[in-house]
Amino acid sequence: MSGVHKRFNEGLPNEAEVLHGIDLSVGPGEFTSLIGPSGSGKSTLLNLIGLLDRPSAGEYLLKGVPIGDATDDERTRARLDTLGFVFQFHHLLPEFSALENVMLPGLMRDGAFTRANRESASELLSAVGLSGAFDKRPGELSGGMQQRVAIARALALAPALVLADEPTGNLDTHSADEAFALLRRFNIERGCAFIIVTHDPRLAARCDRVIELRDGMIERDGAVTRTAVATGAS
Amino acid sequence: MRFEWIVAWRFLREGGLQTALIVVGAALGISFIVFITGFLGELQRDIVQRTLGVQPHLTVKPVEEIARPLRAARSPDGSPVVLADVQPRGQRLRSIDQWQATVARLRENGDVRAISPLAAGPGLVTRGDSNKSLSIVGIVPEQHAAVTRLDQKLVAGTLRVDPGDVLLGRDLAEDLGVGIGDTVRLSTPSSTGDTYRVRGIFDLGAKNLNQLYAYVGLATAQALHALPGGVTSIDVTVDDLWEAERVAADLSRVTPHLVESWIRTNRQLMVALSNQTLMTRLIRLCFGLVVAIGVASVLMVAVVQKTREIGILRAMGTSRGRVLRVFLLQGAIIGLIGSLLGCALGYGLAWFMSGILTSADGTRLFSAHVDLSLYLYTTLGAILLGVVAAMLPARRAARLDPAQAIRM
Repeated sequence: MSGVHKRFNEGLPNEAEVLHGIDLSVGPGEFTSLIGPSGSGKSTLLNLIGLLDRPSAGEYLLKGVPIGDATDDERTRARLDTLGFVFQFHHLLPEFSALENVMLPGLMRDGAFTRANRESASELLSAVGLSGAFDKRPGELSGGMQQRVAIARALALAPALVLADEPTGNLDTHSADEAFALLRRFNIERGCAFIIVTHDPRLAARCDRVIELRDGMIERDGAVTRTAVATGAS
Repeated sequence: MRFEWIVAWRFLREGGLQTALIVVGAALGISFIVFITGFLGELQRDIVQRTLGVQPHLTVKPVEEIARPLRAARSPDGSPVVLADVQPRGQRLRSIDQWQATVARLRENGDVRAISPLAAGPGLVTRGDSNKSLSIVGIVPEQHAAVTRLDQKLVAGTLRVDPGDVLLGRDLAEDLGVGIGDTVRLSTPSSTGDTYRVRGIFDLGAKNLNQLYAYVGLATAQALHALPGGVTSIDVTVDDLWEAERVAADLSRVTPHLVESWIRTNRQLMVALSNQTLMTRLIRLCFGLVVAIGVASVLMVAVVQKTREIGILRAMGTSRGRVLRVFLLQGAIIGLIGSLLGCALGYGLAWFMSGILTSADGTRLFSAHVDLSLYLYTTLGAILLGVVAAMLPARRAARLDPAQAIRM
């Protein structure tokens, strides 16, 4: 994405520009964190990357295809095929069981609950350590477990890029570490790129790359230097 | 559509009490619509049948005789000159010209169900010192029974009018003090009359009707009224009594005679019935609106409650169209279940009310019966109503901005 601006309330007296020319590129399999103080535009940027919002100016290429001016249906389709979302407040659908929640993206794509969908969802849920909770409703699961279901759901269709907005912000330290380790593991095992918005410098330090936003501009963007880099990511 | 079905069904199922309340509400409204529609149809048919008594749906009569001046004259300046005072003439008892041919032509019409030729005229019934004036009607019993159900109105004796037999109304028989097997004298302006044996006693449901008619064989009446081989009118029953006016118009085109429908001869009754129908339509419309508004408001609340979930579904890749259809489907499902329950309830209500509402003679005013076409139309209507009611909430859900919805 290059030269991306985002203004809210355009044309109104209270118009406010939140992002002032963001140039950013995330490669396949990159494990990136996005940090910055409140109000720096992290969530706005994440919404733009996640195709939930449109930039006021600038260009955005997703997998090399310009998507800024695409129709809502095209952007919806791109979200389904290319992106995965993990939110701070889990956002599972309470009407569906844990397994069905993970199957939802497949249901959207195929229009039906298929056997292959069920198998891959079971596999993912087992991978996040919830093999015993397939039929549990989200309300019956702990916060950490719900977040693990949400992570499994984000990965259901093997997206190229997973966007995580404070994925551990609402969890205790132990669950947070577990959830983060899962993200890292999927990054290594499945090669999806991640952009993780976080307030936690400890977590940011464990990523490959840190982008720091301040007042709507990228202040720092660089690789994390570490003594023992143990990533198998590309 | 599978995705939409699954999500819509889950949303409704998990709505619990909220869903149950609106479905029951819709069912109650629909049951009343079903009940009042079925009830009114039955009631009106019953009212018409009872009010008409022995009046047929259609009557074919000779065209009225009118007096025509032989010539009209004009004065030199062009204004008409009255040469004679033309008085309307009284109508004689006349036979329908070539009535057998007319009957054959009536039978060709597909809407005609039964035909009965009659020879009717004024007369006197005498027993001892008591005299009663009445209408002496000559009938072919089987044919007349098919038109007026006279066979079902018989309270004593048999429906037979051999030469020398007469059928009297119950009140007339009481007035004369006669029973089955007794004899009375019938006379007419054209005949000094003869004695006849009472073969049957009927009850048409109204005292004045019971005093008005005496039925004899067609040949007997022809002799009494001095109409050898003739009939004065032809009674016709049609398949749908509400269509009588149209059939009358059709038949007027194939016969030279006057064809009158019950609708024309009973204007007041028809106006009252139409007003009743109009009121019922209005009531049904109101109930439909109430159901629709109920469905719309419940779904509106559901959209607000599920804003975050709609946002997450949109973020995960659910298109606006799909979100729209999820909520339209919920409206349709509420309509479907509501109407199925409503039809069952409506039938139950009709069954219950039919036991309570009886007419003057103690018979049921109407009967509860399964009207499949009514249920089918109601169900289709309710589904449509649900979809229409869901439109506003569904549009609102589809237009939610996913980024904002998730933050709620």
